Amino acid sequence: MFEATALNRKNDRVQQMAKLGLLVVTLVLILPVAIILSMLLYEGAPILSFDFLFTEPTKGMTAGGIFPAFIGTIWLVAVALLASVPVGVAAAVYLSEYAPDNWLTRVINLAIINLAGVPSIVHALFGVGAFVLFLGFGTSILAASFTLAVMSLPVVIVATRESLQSVPQAFREACWNMGATRWQTIYRVVLPNSISGILTGVILEVSRTTGETAPIMFTGAAFFLPFLPESVFDQTMAMSLHLFVISTQVPGVPEQLPYGVALVLIGIVLCMNAASIAFRMYLRGKKKW
Amino acid sequence: MAADSRPGARKGADDRRDAAWYIDKAVALLVFIGGVSAILFVVGIFVFVTREGIGFLVGRFSLSEFIGSIAWRPTSEKNPTYGGLALILGTASVTGLAMLVSVPFSLGAAVYIAEFATGRTREVLKVLIELLAAIPSVVWGFIGLVLINPLIIEVFDVPVGLSVLNSGLILGLMAAPIMTTIAEDALKAVPDSYREAAEALGATRWQVITRVVLPAARQGLVAAVLLGVGRGFGETMAVLMASGHSINVPTSVFDSVRALTATIAAELGETAVGSEHYQALFTLGIFLFVVTFLINLTADILVRGKRWSH
Repeated sequence: MFEATALNRKNDRVQQMAKLGLLVVTLVLILPVAIILSMLLYEGAPILSFDFLFTEPTKGMTAGGIFPAFIGTIWLVAVALLASVPVGVAAAVYLSEYAPDNWLTRVINLAIINLAGVPSIVHALFGVGAFVLFLGFGTSILAASFTLAVMSLPVVIVATRESLQSVPQAFREACWNMGATRWQTIYRVVLPNSISGILTGVILEVSRTTGETAPIMFTGAAFFLPFLPESVFDQTMAMSLHLFVISTQVPGVPEQLPYGVALVLIGIVLCMNAASIAFRMYLRGKKKW
Repeated sequence: MAADSRPGARKGADDRRDAAWYIDKAVALLVFIGGVSAILFVVGIFVFVTREGIGFLVGRFSLSEFIGSIAWRPTSEKNPTYGGLALILGTASVTGLAMLVSVPFSLGAAVYIAEFATGRTREVLKVLIELLAAIPSVVWGFIGLVLINPLIIEVFDVPVGLSVLNSGLILGLMAAPIMTTIAEDALKAVPDSYREAAEALGATRWQVITRVVLPAARQGLVAAVLLGVGRGFGETMAVLMASGHSINVPTSVFDSVRALTATIAAELGETAVGSEHYQALFTLGIFLFVVTFLINLTADILVRGKRWSH
């Protein structure tokens, strides 16, 4: 019979150590999330209250709540979604259902990767040049949201394309055989079967745009504005910029205040991400094909 | 059904120019526009950033000043200078340190997740990495200010904790998820037949990884690191808040530096539209765009260039 030689045993030991070492490495990478979260919770939780969310900042932003920034972020994210979801879904439908395997498709894919890779501050410059100045929106929610929309377009496209492609080809073929056009097939069969995957992507986009700061700094978000925006042509405060402002630009802010803002921000972002992940897992479990 | 009376209309089953046919064509056109819009936006970014910065680029810009001088004094009344060397070195030092700490951990995590972890452990680790990627950059910057800054001051007994070290650590953590994800994809893409062949020869799992899988996935791993570099290079808010933001040629990791991205973020608000300073900041933007474009292009070629034959 075979018996383990000294070399076999040595190899096994090396393997065990390598596995353990890599596990430690992975955990070290993840550990900061836990530390950061617990610290933000510990320092920020005491200040969190109904009033903190729903009153305006007072005394030069050194007291009071974050109501205008909270509402402003909702405006910015909502308008960005309205702009980017239709375009993103259309692009994904094209790439998944229509695009032939040619140079143009390769260039589109490369463009999507680039859109995701361009630094956020360059997106901000684009927003200033294109939306604020060239299209004449001025510094407004519209300009800031469009900048966010362009920036987060890849998130929608990639998530939607993935969920469209997971619909089996046989579904489409069955539909075409009934005499349906391409669009009828997409509208009646492909989209209904992938709508939840698309929603997962949209939730992820909400999470991404909520936290962005650089792209809105010069395009529509104001340092301090104690009013609520009334239309998309107004400027607005935003939570992400507010956190930057009160933690670096304003002297005499009590220590707890930025912790509170950071906690609200990260709370929204992580809840959205967790929802998106849970949704995705639920769908994977439910899938019948 | 009434016979088709249009002149020249072909008779037969394949002729169905009804409403559904026209809608189908219209939708095909619409989604095509959607697809092409991604290209238009990338071109648009380049065009509009260049449009604002071109005045400086052709009129005032001098390459020898930009890469040869450390004097970035755009607000000087008598003699504004636009030396970018300190900013380039600031960005390079922060990104370099970030990669130094992050690449081993990210690739290690990718190997563990792709080759060792199974089932539920694998899912949980992937989800946690995804959450790491979700933390907004302004929150990272805040962490740098209130958590890492005092920690560095205490541990290393230095006067300031906003430095290359601080922002490098943060950038490393921020770049880790994308590197881990792309590297894991690259490892997963290596055909199982490679692993099986090596295992059939008596290799342990670890030998299979180091001798077969890692070499085979080399290009994808390089692409992963490149995308990490791109992430660090372009990061703005976290670097602005954690690097100290002072113009310096760094000689140690405890020096404060200023990054290219952070310079734009900090100064654009104070410039008048169309002024020389304003155009100079857009010129920095062009530079950032071109460099990240090249990084992404190279990474894409590396990932796609490798085709596995089955």
